[in-house]
Amino acid sequence: MFAPIAVLNDWSNGINYIFAFIIGIGFGWVLESSGFGNSKKLAWQFYFRDLTVFKVMFTAIVTAMTGLIFIDAFGWIDMSSILINETYLWSGAAGGLIMGIGFAIGGYCPGTSFTGFATLKVDSYFYIFGALLGMFVYGEVAPFIEPFYGGKYSGYMGTVTLQKFFGVSAGVVGFVIMIIALAGFFGAEWIEKKNGNIVKS
Amino acid sequence: MKSTIKERPYINPYLGGILLGIVLFLSYYLTQNGLGASAAISRLQIFILDLIAPSHVDRVAYFAEKAGGNLNPLDSGAMFMFLGTFLGGTISGFLNGRFKVETRKGPQITDRQRWLFAFIGGAIMGYGARLARGCTSGQALSGGAVLATGSWIFMFCIFIGGYALAWFVRRLWI
Repeated sequence: MFAPIAVLNDWSNGINYIFAFIIGIGFGWVLESSGFGNSKKLAWQFYFRDLTVFKVMFTAIVTAMTGLIFIDAFGWIDMSSILINETYLWSGAAGGLIMGIGFAIGGYCPGTSFTGFATLKVDSYFYIFGALLGMFVYGEVAPFIEPFYGGKYSGYMGTVTLQKFFGVSAGVVGFVIMIIALAGFFGAEWIEKKNGNIVKS
Repeated sequence: MKSTIKERPYINPYLGGILLGIVLFLSYYLTQNGLGASAAISRLQIFILDLIAPSHVDRVAYFAEKAGGNLNPLDSGAMFMFLGTFLGGTISGFLNGRFKVETRKGPQITDRQRWLFAFIGGAIMGYGARLARGCTSGQALSGGAVLATGSWIFMFCIFIGGYALAWFVRRLWI
C-alpha cells in the first residue's frame, strides 16, 4: 500500500497545504491551456459549436478513474481513505440544475472563473463577485432549507459509489463509462464537423 | 498590462483532458482529496463577512462552522489550491499570450451587459454550488472520477440546466 500518501505518512496541515498549492498550479495551468479562461468558449458548448468542455472533462474523468481503478486492483491504494463525495440525491440534483442555469448565463463555473481572473478577463471578476453574493445568500437561507439540504428531504444516501449502487465491480462501471465517453467523443466530433465553430484563442 | 508574447491557440482538448486527469489522479494519490474551487470562494465570502459583521457570522450556523469564534476561514487547503490555480492560470496565460484585459461575449451585447449577466450567473452558481456541496470541479469532475453516484447525477443536472436555458439566453453568446 503506497497511497494516499498524506494519510499513510500522517501529513500535517502545512504539508497538505503545500501540496494543495502545487496541485492547484497544475489545475490552473491545464484549465487555462485548454481554453477555460475564455467564457465564450465555455458557453458555446451550449450551442453545439465548441464541445471542448465535454471532451476535456470526460477525458479527465476517464484518465483519473482508470488510474485509480488499476492501482486499487494492484492493492497500491487504500480507497477507503479516499474522500468520496457523499450522495445527497435531491439537493445535489437541484444544485446541479441551478448551476447549469447559472453557467449558461454567467459563462463560467467557479474553477474556470479563477483562470479567467488570472488572465485578466473582466467578465470573470463580475462573475466571482456574483458568486460571493450567491454564497452569502445561501448561508442566510440555509437554516430555512435545512430539511432539503441535509435533512429528510435531501435524499441522503451516504457514500455510495456507482459500483455499490449497481452491485457490480468498479472495473465494470469503469468499462461502461469508457464506452459511453468514446461514443460521446465520436458524437462531439460529428456535431462539431456539422455545426462547429471552435473558439481557438 | 499586456504580455508581448504572441497569442497561441489552446491545446488539443483530449491532451488537455489527459493532463487534467493526471492532475486529478495525483491529487487523490497524494492528498486523498480531489480538486476543488467553490469551497475557496465560500471561505473567501465568509472571511469578508467576518471582517464586516463577526457577530453575525457567529450567529448563522452555516458561517459559524467555518469562522465562528477564533476560527480562520482561510485556514484550509482549499485556499491554497485556489492560490495555486490562480498562479497556474497566470503562468499559462502569460506564456501563451493570453494575459490581457478583455471581456468575452457574444456580438449582440455590450461589455456592460456582459458584466451584468456574468454577475447574475455567478450569483446563481454560487447559490447552487453551496446547495450541491461542490461545483463542476469538486463535485462533477472529482466525484465523477471516484464514481460517486451523487456526483454523476449532479453532472447530468448541470448539463440539463445549461442546455435547457441556453436557447433563452442565446443573445448573450451568439
